[in-house]
Amino acid sequence: MLDPRIVDHVAKLARLELTGAERDLFARQLGDILAYVEQLKALPAEGVEPLAHAVDATNVFRDDVPRPGLSPDDALGQAPDRQGGFFGVPRVIE
Amino acid sequence: MDDLTALSAFELASRIRSRQVSAAGVAEACLARIAALDPQIRAFLTVLPEAALAAARAVDGRIAAGQPVGPLAGVPVALKDNLCTRGVRTTCASRMLERYVPPYDATVVERLAAAGAVVVGKTNLDEFAMGSSTENSAFGATRNPWDTARIPGGSSGGSAAAVSAGFVPLALGSDTGGSIRQPAALCGVVGLKPTYGRVSRYGLIAFASSLDQIGPFARDVRDAALLLGAIAGRDPADATSVDVPVPDYVAGLEDGVKGLRIGVPEDCFGPGVDSEVAASVDAALASLEAQGARRVPVSLPRQTFGIATYYIVAPAEASSNLARYDGMHYGHRTADADGLVATVSRTRREGFGPEVKRRIMLGTYTLSSGYYDAYYVRALKVRRLIQEDFRKAFEVCDVIAGPTSPFSAFRAGEKTADPLQMYLCDTFTVTANLAGIPAISVPCGFTRAGLPIGMQLQGRAFDEATLLRAARAVEREAGVMGRRPAL
Repeated sequence: MLDPRIVDHVAKLARLELTGAERDLFARQLGDILAYVEQLKALPAEGVEPLAHAVDATNVFRDDVPRPGLSPDDALGQAPDRQGGFFGVPRVIE
Repeated sequence: MDDLTALSAFELASRIRSRQVSAAGVAEACLARIAALDPQIRAFLTVLPEAALAAARAVDGRIAAGQPVGPLAGVPVALKDNLCTRGVRTTCASRMLERYVPPYDATVVERLAAAGAVVVGKTNLDEFAMGSSTENSAFGATRNPWDTARIPGGSSGGSAAAVSAGFVPLALGSDTGGSIRQPAALCGVVGLKPTYGRVSRYGLIAFASSLDQIGPFARDVRDAALLLGAIAGRDPADATSVDVPVPDYVAGLEDGVKGLRIGVPEDCFGPGVDSEVAASVDAALASLEAQGARRVPVSLPRQTFGIATYYIVAPAEASSNLARYDGMHYGHRTADADGLVATVSRTRREGFGPEVKRRIMLGTYTLSSGYYDAYYVRALKVRRLIQEDFRKAFEVCDVIAGPTSPFSAFRAGEKTADPLQMYLCDTFTVTANLAGIPAISVPCGFTRAGLPIGMQLQGRAFDEATLLRAARAVEREAGVMGRRPAL
């Protein structure tokens, strides 16, 4: 069982509003899952280099050649609130 | 006249090229079967009759005019609905993207078009590819064609079911922790997760970017090889796609397994594996030995930590990838909130289903200050050890064999209440994604109740050709080819 206050904190970080029922459910389920993954702590891993990506490609460069991209209409075409050539968003500064 | 929907892609392509049948006739046969039978399977979220017939007629026109056509000319394919299709809605089986119409095609979609394939529709999945049963779709669950009371596996359950049911000979799915192989096993079809970087991910809606890979579904190994050849290769639009030459995957397919070293992990028939599954996979191993392969014991000591590692790494990446769904640029936006943060938070509450929320929460937690080292970095270290185990094993063997799934298709609703039980479906599949290696599931038998069983073969990076050759040897002798579900 994860502390419901931690559930609230994580939900806030994730910008995810939860219902009361979801909060209780996730406290229990996330607690179960985290208890399960605790087994990793039993495995000796000192000095092991973390592996974030199976392909160790770094700095994949390409020539800086212009090529066709999305038109403004395509890019804005799915916007929930298109305002001319812009994405409309709720007021940010009060 | 033959039932066109029973033919392989290979056979269809050949007959269409030689004008024994028209591509339009093949598309019509598939569309008719979908219309008649998909209401009981619900493999498709979107069917595209007009576009498919137009594309098929264009292929017929080219052939009639003597113009060159691609290797899949006129062959119907289905696409998992997390692959972007220009002008065709791409939902990820999520309310968040219910009305999303991408302004571009995924690279694999472009390559299929170049190969002459005819897209007939978009298939159901667990929302954002998160799940192992296709029950996490916001638009209803898909059912298994072998027993419609059961699930098809997931997350690419729609694509697996569509191929199994004879709606299409070929389909594409995506595999982040087993999402191609497990539904392939449960639906009795071939499913291949290519090496990470073998196939461009451009236009695949991201779940966990270091694990996601697009791959083929087919009813036999030769068709899977044909489809892989059409989609593989470097793509400038995906910096993680690797510039390794794409061999002809069909050539050499029938060369057999004489001398091939099949690694069998000590614990792959452990207590969690259903006895009928174990017996069937054992029989397939015996068949490979009878054909000249050599069985060698291998040790993958950290394999048992795969699920714990995966369920830290994948949700962590997902929580980051899914941060983009903020209701601002595309997708759902709530009509019911004031201010920026409230709008974003409520949009996500309304747009995401329970499993997606659970993984966003889990990933946000393990990446958050104070827990990052204990969970995320720890998991990345174990990921390295899992990759190391494979490297050592492949010093003494050429492929590693075992069951794809510990059990055959389970009943709808059986595991939905307990996420951890659902996660354990992926016990044998997640490690290939963590290590980036290719793996295939090939049908090797049936349970007494008539449910399909799949054998998994894992290989060295970029050695899909060996996997396909070994899988071909399995299916040739297993007596499973041509067996279709009664619908």
